[in-house]
Amino acid sequence: MTATLWIGTRKGAFTLRLNGSRRGWKLSGPQFLGHIIHHVVQDPREPKVLLMAAKTGHLGPTVYRSSDRGRTWREAAQPPAFRKAAEGEKARAVDRVFWLTPGHASERGTWYAGSSPAGLFRSEDGGERWQPVVGFNDNPMNPQWASFGTPDGQLTHSILIDPRDPRHLYLALSGGGVFESTDAGADWQPLNEGCAADFLPDPTVPFGHDPHCVALHPTVPDRLYQQNHCGIYRLDRPGRRWVRIGAAMPKKVGDVGFPIVLHPTDPQTAWVLPMDGQTVWPRTSIAGKPAVYRTRDGGKSWRRLDRGLPRSQAWLTVLRQAMCSDERAARVGLYFGTTGGEVWAGANDGESWRCIARHLPEIYSVTHAV
Amino acid sequence: MSCTVRIPSPLRSYTAGAATVAADGGTVEEVLASLERRFAGIRFRMVDEQARIRPHIRLYVNTEEVRQLSQPVGARDVVHVICALSGG
Repeated sequence: MTATLWIGTRKGAFTLRLNGSRRGWKLSGPQFLGHIIHHVVQDPREPKVLLMAAKTGHLGPTVYRSSDRGRTWREAAQPPAFRKAAEGEKARAVDRVFWLTPGHASERGTWYAGSSPAGLFRSEDGGERWQPVVGFNDNPMNPQWASFGTPDGQLTHSILIDPRDPRHLYLALSGGGVFESTDAGADWQPLNEGCAADFLPDPTVPFGHDPHCVALHPTVPDRLYQQNHCGIYRLDRPGRRWVRIGAAMPKKVGDVGFPIVLHPTDPQTAWVLPMDGQTVWPRTSIAGKPAVYRTRDGGKSWRRLDRGLPRSQAWLTVLRQAMCSDERAARVGLYFGTTGGEVWAGANDGESWRCIARHLPEIYSVTHAV
Repeated sequence: MSCTVRIPSPLRSYTAGAATVAADGGTVEEVLASLERRFAGIRFRMVDEQARIRPHIRLYVNTEEVRQLSQPVGARDVVHVICALSGG
């Protein structure tokens, strides 16, 4: 088999390529050394095409596009940018393009980008020119939805497209919550009922939550999973109330983390990587003993998967874009990258793990490409 | 009216490696527009969509720091683009 992992880091992009057995990963790169790479995403409609969200410490944010599987890249002619503010209006500027999502299968060339501060952008020409999604960015509620952000600013992420309907979209804001549009982004409604917001004075508010990562099941798109700042959740549409499936996690581990990864075909199976959310929120593996947890029953129960991972004194942090699967229907391969620059591969649905790269810069994203 | 613009290393991917380029314009804004015509994409890396100089960029006309993009630029002036980073 062949596969590629794209590793976005604080200092450039790398690839890990597999030829033949899963033991033969070959590291290449860096590309764009010194650039801050938040996301590298393949276009499933045109697998030769990849987009990369980039900036540098000095320079403004941009998007690069490759049409040859990442061998060469060209900068977007019109990167994501807010419209010019009217006089007296708060003037927003994109600080980072944080998230990239290919559009619906029927809309070839369409992409969405999420920014910091809170902003949604759409391209209809393969990522060359980006337009603000007015219904979100200029929604009268937007300033309230995005009233505060993370220490790294507001983050727009988890832009999800219903495979049955290109007009049906979800996105998530950290902080702000999950939002849904049924009219191609013209209007949005909060979708946070049931999610805890322990950090707010009124934990029953309709928005203001902190989703860390939301995923929609590709074959059962009415099923959503969410790793939130305050727990792991599942939502089955048309329901509107998230269920805290993280309640079934071991109490000593808790249900805080950043990424959540779904099985490509089985809607009952998902993986999370718990982080320490106690006291001052270290956001490292619990007690220095990293483990992935897997559910095979939609979150009713979880199984610890730590074979091959360090047994102690391993204080890993894994960010929300930094875990993925290889999307194989059987014996799924799982991958995660750490802020300490290691990439770990979990064979056979995550049953056993081994480190396939180390000494990389701080890892922001790990994505799979065919 | 043509002036000289000193390009810092992070932006030389736009200028084919050139550290110094000529640009036209009687104001900083016009000089940036001139650069953008020749080196597409370069302006947005320095100036955001609200026409504000980005936080880690400084522009100077000769030795005077640019506060407004309307600042005049003369024919023999040198516009310096400075990038400032700290930490790792």
